[in-house]
Parts: sequence; structure tokens; C-alpha cells
Amino acid sequence: MKKPFELHADYQPESFEFTKANKKQVEKLIALYPKGKQQSAVMPLLDLAQRQVGEEGAKAEPAYGGWIPRAAMDHIAEVLDMPEIKVYEVATFYSMYNTAPVGKYLVQLCTTTPCWLCGSDDVVNACKDHLGIGLNETTKDGLFTLMEVECLGACVNAPMVQINDDYYEDLTSDSMKELLDVLAEGLKPKIGSQKGRKASMAITGPTSLEKEAKKAGIV
Amino acid sequence: MATVKLTINDMEIEVERGTSILQAAQQLGIEVPHFCYHERLTVPANCRMCLVEVEGGPPKPAASCAMACGDGMVVKTDSPMVKKARKGVMEMLLINHPLDCPICDQGGECDLQDQAMGYGFDRSRFQENKRAVPNKELGPLIKTIMTRCINCTRCVRFAEEVAGTPVLGQLNRGEDAEIGTFIDQLVQTELSGNLIDICPVGALTSKPYAFKARPWELTKTESIDVHDAIGSNIRVDVKGREVLRILPRLHEDVNEEWISDRTRFAYDGLNDGRLDRPYVRDDKSGKLVEATWDQAFAKIAEKLDGLKGEEIAGLVGDLTEVESIVALKDLLEKFGSPNMDCRTDGARFDPSERAGYLFNSTIAGIDEADAILLIGTNPRHEATLVNARIRRAQFERRVKVGVIGEQADLAYKYEHLGDSTADLETFVKARSGFAKIFKDAEKPMIIVGSGVFEREDGEAIHFALQAAAEKLKVIKDDWNGFNILHRAASRVGALEVGFVPQAGGKDFNGILEGTRDGSIKALYMIGADEFDARSQIGNQAFVIYQGHHGDHAAARADVILPGCAYTEKDAIYINTEGRVQYAKRAASPPGDARTDWTILRALSEKLGQTLPYDSQMQLRNHIFETYPTFAVDDTPIKASWAKFGSKGAAGKQPFVNPVRNYYLTNAICRASATMQACSREFATQANEYLEAAE
Repeated sequence: MKKPFELHADYQPESFEFTKANKKQVEKLIALYPKGKQQSAVMPLLDLAQRQVGEEGAKAEPAYGGWIPRAAMDHIAEVLDMPEIKVYEVATFYSMYNTAPVGKYLVQLCTTTPCWLCGSDDVVNACKDHLGIGLNETTKDGLFTLMEVECLGACVNAPMVQINDDYYEDLTSDSMKELLDVLAEGLKPKIGSQKGRKASMAITGPTSLEKEAKKAGIV
Repeated sequence: MATVKLTINDMEIEVERGTSILQAAQQLGIEVPHFCYHERLTVPANCRMCLVEVEGGPPKPAASCAMACGDGMVVKTDSPMVKKARKGVMEMLLINHPLDCPICDQGGECDLQDQAMGYGFDRSRFQENKRAVPNKELGPLIKTIMTRCINCTRCVRFAEEVAGTPVLGQLNRGEDAEIGTFIDQLVQTELSGNLIDICPVGALTSKPYAFKARPWELTKTESIDVHDAIGSNIRVDVKGREVLRILPRLHEDVNEEWISDRTRFAYDGLNDGRLDRPYVRDDKSGKLVEATWDQAFAKIAEKLDGLKGEEIAGLVGDLTEVESIVALKDLLEKFGSPNMDCRTDGARFDPSERAGYLFNSTIAGIDEADAILLIGTNPRHEATLVNARIRRAQFERRVKVGVIGEQADLAYKYEHLGDSTADLETFVKARSGFAKIFKDAEKPMIIVGSGVFEREDGEAIHFALQAAAEKLKVIKDDWNGFNILHRAASRVGALEVGFVPQAGGKDFNGILEGTRDGSIKALYMIGADEFDARSQIGNQAFVIYQGHHGDHAAARADVILPGCAYTEKDAIYINTEGRVQYAKRAASPPGDARTDWTILRALSEKLGQTLPYDSQMQLRNHIFETYPTFAVDDTPIKASWAKFGSKGAAGKQPFVNPVRNYYLTNAICRASATMQACSREFATQANEYLEAAE
């Protein structure tokens, strides 16, 4: 569950502007939709705003991650000529949009049934112990935020977490801690299965569609 | 239109294609419980209460509000499956509902309460904590208890679709979903009170009415509103002598089922600042002192004695009903006075042709119009429900709107075409843009605010508008698109009975001038509160004020005769379309106050000019015989098109919208604590907004 949206919180910046490069992107995104239906671009624009804030945050000290300030929502409402409340509705509905500041690495921990059966509790506890924070909290250095989420659709390789845009699967308590250490050092950990599983096939290799797997160059 | 046949509960019905199952069931008189569905709003199908069984379809209940009728469908609304499904929905709704009915103002008229009687379980199986939702601040009119909210989103849709002010929304999701406003902004719409009516539970209730009464304790009277000129149909709920609330009554051609905030909330002004006994100004001290009716009448008789007809004048204000207007007119005629006027806003226009002062297209005509030009008016403030119709025309049918006059936030988009008669002339000649759309339209509409005539060149403007209407071809065989939008409930009634200067008589401005130069020695005013009587009426004139509130005019009066407010008398009102409607007496007037026409009747006897009617029936028969437009009840009689106005040079100065403060437009509003609070809260907010914009 993400943090609630607070309009008047101290951390809300006064104003928001898209960068020059992103302004062009905004135009491109709006052009994807028929004239007069520009409101449809609200979701990609919110994402763009969140990424822009994330990029700024990566360079900042202490670092922070991508989130959407209210000023950005108001700006998007103005750009798309729609009521502010409609933008807030969208932004507060989807878990992908952060409406409050998060750490540079937003660790989204899946605890839905398949992950839970495969030991997501261990993974969650590993994160809590290793970082010394609870769910919905951010480390003091601004690097990590823990967030519990519902199924992210990678159940075959449960348990899993999503950190920013990437999935890390087949986790154990140890591999989760290692993953956090690698990220804290500023390095890029291996994406996907942490056990060496290819895609979502059996750990021993493909059991069906073998030819196709070879053709695709996965095995 | 194509129709489909289907069977509901073994009854066959043929309905238009596109009708929902719920609507078809309602046509058959079958009740389908629902919360989120509202016939005047879009269909979200999120409460799931209206589930029915559709045979042959998927083996699960279907939401009947959102499913269109299909040919040969067999629907059951009372099968065991339906009952079980609805009970399940009800149980889910009640999980997070507080069940605080004993302290809830909605109790007794609550959809959830009623439907829980039919589908509720007598105990809860829910062991966990209920959720609580913080209340929202929606201003001085609406009280919120958001924990009671069942997230039907009717309020969200109403604000967006009808009021045109999308300030409410559903935030978050799942268990955390809640209705919220943005920036904690007050719901700044003149229709906000309707949120209370459409809320099916007690989440949004009336703040002024909070904890006042239970619905079954109230005496309900169906009446007519006077706070603007559209004559909204209302229900007045009274306990004892006090009006406790005012609710809308369905009238498809006037107010549908909405009323404006002024109509709904100004009622507390009926209890404050009332004139409850006659007063006479003491000759020596110059102060108003309490008097008996006899003393007041004797004073009037003494002062009128020996005056010539031309030295007497009469004015009627904005809230006066037809009966007393006619009685005053008859009385003035008996004295031989030609000086009378109802246009106490100072408007100058030619009242000789009905087409020249009526809302000819009718209010329901807005639903047919395909291009609308507003001249010198802000309908949002002058006739909120007319504005809501225009808003809907644009929302549903993309009707284009143009404005000549002051720019204002009308809650819909419009093209601003200028602000004076010169711009109207340009528009008449223009061939592109909105002008082309307007000229190509089949049913174009011009709506002129009554404020445009409130200046020296009013009659010339009236003439220019008549000419423009002809050039723009808004008058067709079966369509009259020329409309005057009045603001005062009494105005059209007074015009219909000809309460305007008679041959050789003075108009409103002339009468005031006359009191100052001494040619008018006595002035009789009924409820004429909308001008500054103290500074504009000359010191020497003898002023009789008959009315219900001690407002501007009463302070200047030499004799005050206490009358009834609109909830306290049976009265005829005519709205801006020329629609004759009857207000009913719901409460009794305070103290010694009397029904207005009876005051005039009693006074006429004292003055030796007895009016020839002894009962309201006789007076009404006299009105029906004398003025044929009153013969038809509740149907505007069409006016034939004619020339009106007088040719002259219309000034180029811009039109000014006359309503500066929506919440304080008449004596009742000014006496209302609720309206004063609204004026403070909303007007300040609007001012801040304007300053920020500059």
C-alpha cells in the first residue's frame, strides 16, 4: 500500500515544469490520441513526470526516487485541459504512481499468495532487518523505500520484488540482502531470476517447446 | 425508433432500444433497488444493488442499470438468485457503514435504511474493525459525515455533469477509496444543495437543517419559489410556524428536480428581520412607532386626503405576487393615478408587446436549441437552472454558446464576442466563426439579461435587440428564439397585468424624481427593496411601505404595513416564460402581519374607494376575466412576434451583469444568516481568485 496523497504536506514543491526534452515528449504523447481526447495522455504524462523527478533525485544528496508532486499533477491538468481532481483520481488509484516522496530504490515486495507460499515473508523480513526500516518507510540516506504490493504477475519465479523498473525473482533471504548491498554500492545487479533460471522455464531447462527456446536463443 | 420486446417477471414490455433493464422494470412498476443509478446522471454501475437475473445469459446476476434491454430477454427481478445476490451486496455495503441511524439526519428518508429493511441481515458477521473516513469541509451549506458514504459517486457525477464544476472525485482505491474535493476547496456552485438530495445515505446532509427535525414530523406544502424568475417548484417543510427546509419538486419544464442554493437555503431569512406589526412615523420625533392597523390606515387616509391622482404613485418589488399587484393597480386607478411601475431595478424597455419581455423559447426550449447567444447576462447567477440547462445542452449535444457582455465563469465553454451593442451589430454582420454557426442553426436562441435595460438608453437597446433578432432569423414559424431572462419573480406577472406607467404616467425613475421635486406627494410601495430608498426618495414625499422585511425601503417609510412572505400566502406567480403557477400557504405570518391583497382591500375601504372583491376567489376571478394570459395554468401562452422598443441611439458602453452577489439578491436573503455566511465564504474566495487572476 502506498503512502496517502497529502495536498498540503511540507514536502510538496511550489511548482513543476517539464524539462525541455520532456516537453517535446509531452507533445508526442498527446499526439498519439485523437484531437479533443488529449485527456487520454494523462497516464503517460504522470509517468513522465515521475521519471523526471526520479532523474533529478538520483543526482541529489540525499538521493530520492521518482514521485509525482501535486504541482506536477496540477501542471498536467492544465496541459491536458482537464479538472485537477481527475488527475488526482488517476494518480491515487494506480500503485505505479507515487504521490509522496520515495527512496532512490523503491523496493516493491510482493506478498500475494504464490509469493507468500514460496517464502515472501523471509524476503520481507530480510529487507526490514538489513535496512533497519519497516514497510512504507525510507532509509535515512534516502536510498531505499519498502512497499508491500499485490501480485505483480511473476508468480512462476516467486518470491519476487520489483525495484524501480526491474523484477528480481527466485529470491531468498540471503540473495535479497546481497541484492540490496549491490544496489547500495551503486552497482547494477543481475535482473530476473537470482537462481540462474532462464525466463520462467524450469530450473533444469525447457521441458516443452525446446526447439522454440533454442531458436529464440534463450537456452 | 426501433423497439425491443422483453419479458420481466412474466410481464411483456416493449421499450425503445437502448433502454436499460432497470428503466424497463420501472415502467412496469417493478421496484429495483439501487444507489448509484440516477436517471439524470451517467451510469457507473458501481453499487451493484440493482442486480437481476437474465435467463439465457451468463449464469450470474447482471447489473440492470447498465444492461440494455435485448430482444426476447427474459428477466427476473425477484428470483432466489437475485435475492441472494442483493443480500450479499447489502451485507458488503453495511460492512463499513456506521449504522448510526438514530443520530443521522437522513434517517427516515434514507435509501440505504429503506433497502436494508428489504435486503439486510439482522446481525453482522463482520468481526474486524470498520473503516473510518475523515470528513470533508464543503462550506456552510453541506455537512459531511464521510464514514457513512457508500461510494456511489452520485455527487461526483452531479458536480461534473449537472453543475459543471468538477471539484469532487473518488480518490485512492479499494478499502481506502473515498470521495474528496481538491485543494479542500469549497464546493463553489450555486447548485450544491442538490448534492444533499442525491446522496442516497447520510454522508452529505444539510448543515442549516442539522438535527432540526425528522421528516415525519414536518408538514409538507407544495409551492413555488420566488428567489429568481424561473419559478422553481418547491416543497416547503414546516414544523409549527417555522419553515425548516425547502426541497425541490419535479417539474420537467422548469427546474427538473434541482433547485438553486438560494432557493433551498434562504428560508432562515423568513424568521429574522420580519415586520410583524404596523408602524407609523411620529410627526414630532420623526421615529417609527408601533401602531394598530386602524392607526396606520387613519394616517394614510389623512395624508392622501385631497391629493390629486397624479400626485400619487405605486411601486412593486421583486417578490410581490400577482394578486396584490392587481389590487394596488386597481386602487391607484380608482384614485386616477397613472404613475406605477414594477421595474424597480430601473430598467427601461417597452412593455407593450409580450414577445418583448418573455422568455419566448421556454426554458425547456433550451433542450432543443442548437446555438445560444447570451447578451448581458450571467445566467449562473441570474437563473441558475437555466444555466444548468445550457450547460447540459453543451455537455450532451455540444451546443455552441456565445457571449456578448461581461465575461464570467459560467461552468461551460463559450466564445466571448464583445461587450456592447456595437459588438452585437458586428455579430449580426459577421459571417464566420460562431456567427456562421448561429445563422446556420435551426433553432438559435438569444438570451438577453434583464440587466441590459437598466440604463438611460434601455428602450433603444430593446429596439436594437428586436432588429437583431429579426436579422439573425431567430424567429421562425414554429420557433421564437428571442428571450428575456428576468431576475425577479414578480416582474413578468406585473408586466402581464400592466403595472407599468399608464398614459401620461411616470416610470420608476420618473416617480423617484417626482418625490424629489415635489410632483409626487405620496408613494405606495409593496416590497420594493432593491433600490436605496433612503437616498433616492425625496424627503417631502409620504411613503407607505407594505412588505415582510425591515429592509432598505421600510427604513424610509412613513407607514409600514406588515405583509406575508412567499411561504405564507396563497399566491399566483408568473415566471420569466409567462408560466402561471400557484404558491401555497405553508406557514402562518408572524404577529399582526396580513395577506397582502387583504391589506389593500381593507385600506381601500378606509379611503372610500372600496375594491370590488371580498375573497381571494373573487379577486382571482377578476384577474382571470381582466387578463386572459392567466386563464391557462402552468402553460406559457405563446406571444406573437411584433415590433417593440423605440428607435434611438444605443450607447456603446459595455453591458454590466446586474447580480454582484448571488447570495444577497433580495430582502429574504439579506435577512438569512446562511446566505450571509455563504456570501462571506464564497464571495471572498471568488474575490481572491479574481485578484490572483489579475
